[in-house]
Amino acid sequence: MTEKPITMEPVTKKTTISSLINRERGFLIFIAIMILFPFVMNWITGTGLNEGITKFWQGQFITFFIMAVFAMSYDLLIGYGGILSFGHAASFGGGAYAFALLMKHWAPNFMSQYRILIGSLDITQTIVLIFVFLIVLLVSILIGLLFAATSIRLKGTYFAMLTLAIGQALFILIKATDFHEWTGADEGLHGVPLPVWLNPTQNRLTVYFITLVFLFGSYLLMKRMTNSPTGHVVVANRENEDRMRMIGYNPVSFRTVAFVISSVFAGVAGALYSIWNMSATPNMLSAVTTVDALIMTILGGMGTLIGPIIGAGISQVIQQFFYTWFGARWPLVFGLLFMLIVIFLPYGIVGTWRLKRLDIKEGWHRFVGLFKIQKDQS
Amino acid sequence: MSDPTKQIDLLVVDNIQTFVGQFHILEGVTVTVPKGSITVMLGRNGAGKTTTIKSILGLTPPQEGRVVFNGMEIQGKRAFNIANLGIGYVPEHRAIFRSLSVLENLKLAERKKGDFDRHSEFVFGLFPDLKRLYKLPGNHLSGGQQQMLAVARALVPDNKLLLIDEPSEGLAPILIQQMMEAIKALSETTTVLLVEQNFIMASQLAERYTIIDDGKSVKSGLMEDLVHDSELIHHYLGASIKTREELEKAHES
Repeated sequence: MTEKPITMEPVTKKTTISSLINRERGFLIFIAIMILFPFVMNWITGTGLNEGITKFWQGQFITFFIMAVFAMSYDLLIGYGGILSFGHAASFGGGAYAFALLMKHWAPNFMSQYRILIGSLDITQTIVLIFVFLIVLLVSILIGLLFAATSIRLKGTYFAMLTLAIGQALFILIKATDFHEWTGADEGLHGVPLPVWLNPTQNRLTVYFITLVFLFGSYLLMKRMTNSPTGHVVVANRENEDRMRMIGYNPVSFRTVAFVISSVFAGVAGALYSIWNMSATPNMLSAVTTVDALIMTILGGMGTLIGPIIGAGISQVIQQFFYTWFGARWPLVFGLLFMLIVIFLPYGIVGTWRLKRLDIKEGWHRFVGLFKIQKDQS
Repeated sequence: MSDPTKQIDLLVVDNIQTFVGQFHILEGVTVTVPKGSITVMLGRNGAGKTTTIKSILGLTPPQEGRVVFNGMEIQGKRAFNIANLGIGYVPEHRAIFRSLSVLENLKLAERKKGDFDRHSEFVFGLFPDLKRLYKLPGNHLSGGQQQMLAVARALVPDNKLLLIDEPSEGLAPILIQQMMEAIKALSETTTVLLVEQNFIMASQLAERYTIIDDGKSVKSGLMEDLVHDSELIHHYLGASIKTREELEKAHES
């Protein structure tokens, strides 16, 4: 068999708009449908954009968008970094509480005392929002570093148990009655004051598009990160840390990078969630929230990024319909369904599909190759 | 070859003692690797050859003794710092990253930006297969290709010393030949410390040898002396290994 001369493609391919559209076709179609959705719904049902069933479904999708990013951030940790943390909700809830606390206790005071003007334009509100979001970022970075620090000496189950402990400690701390005045203890913080344009009851469409843009941007950013050299190091770390050491990488620093990035996405998702609900509740910090993200990630497929989005969508639909179908017993049915999915699709929906697709492709190449050899011989 | 005593030793392993867990694995191993040479560590399975390499790299740090690399004591340093001094390691069992592609595996080994671009021609010259398969994920490669990728990865950065553990293990004879040629070619620019069970391969490649037996280095010297010393070979390396002369005789008859 003679080999064809091989020409190497350039190693660094520039990402152009057209190559992006080509690679992320499915995701972009999904985003386009989501952009059109409220208007189509409005047109079909005849209800206004900010009322009735159109408004209700926007709300459903807002939750879906936010949970999708939260699940993707978990996928960065578990799917790419191979780090099983049961305290990921700490970042989500931490972002939410950082946002809600500042908006409730600091922002009104500040805004009643100071005005920031450009000419005659009052930009106090915008500056306050930007500042609050910077604090949200800072808080999520710190939480990420906290978990990274625990991973220096501990591995596997021990590490997972410690993350659970830290997560639960923060959960209990936020529920503590000692801070009732600030955090609202068990009830959480409700009625977080928001500017009118960001208020989900008055201007739901704005929140809808903000969260959609957040999902869109987060996905592309994470995709870019996982394809970067640093992303490859994180993946290689998952496979074998000793091998990384012997080529000269410090696994701890790259694990820290994974923790911090994942925590930042989760934190911003949490802050948006508290905008959407106008509240922050202790539940957002509980282990149940982490397990929700875990289920979404496993359903969709670990290490795929698109998988957690699908997983979040499915879990959102299931929560919605199973409750009306099965009443309070719906988690039982969901649990059985989840078990079946794990048994039949061990790599999740996207993971299993990718695996099969590759097999089919390889089979096709073998099939074509069969004929090529016969031609040469004849 | 010039007088060996006049050569500069790039690596000196001086009487190291290493414990793995409770077990005293190395009880005094001394190996010197002169600059620009290929030195081979010989010994039975479980003699402590791989542990010696891991001790040099700090993966199983030695409790006692010194490891001097390029004039600097490196024992007790952390593994990734030792590697960054310019020591490449090709572990046994094809230790590549299976979920990354060939190219990503190679790029990962870059220590400075552009390492890969500067050496890609040399690397792909040694292993043309890898150039053809550069897009394939590691777990789709055959065993031999994985082994080549593991060697190629160690050639991407500017390493002063390469530690190669059993490169011929489980390879088909034709691939062993290719691997030998590759090691010969790369030894022109790099110093090599080799662990090899295949005595034929070892004797053709190496200039110097150290025999490790039961956690101790028992004998070292020039390879040309060893190949004629069938008694020594039988004593330490087992009856299955034949000297070159015996092999030649077997061929003649």
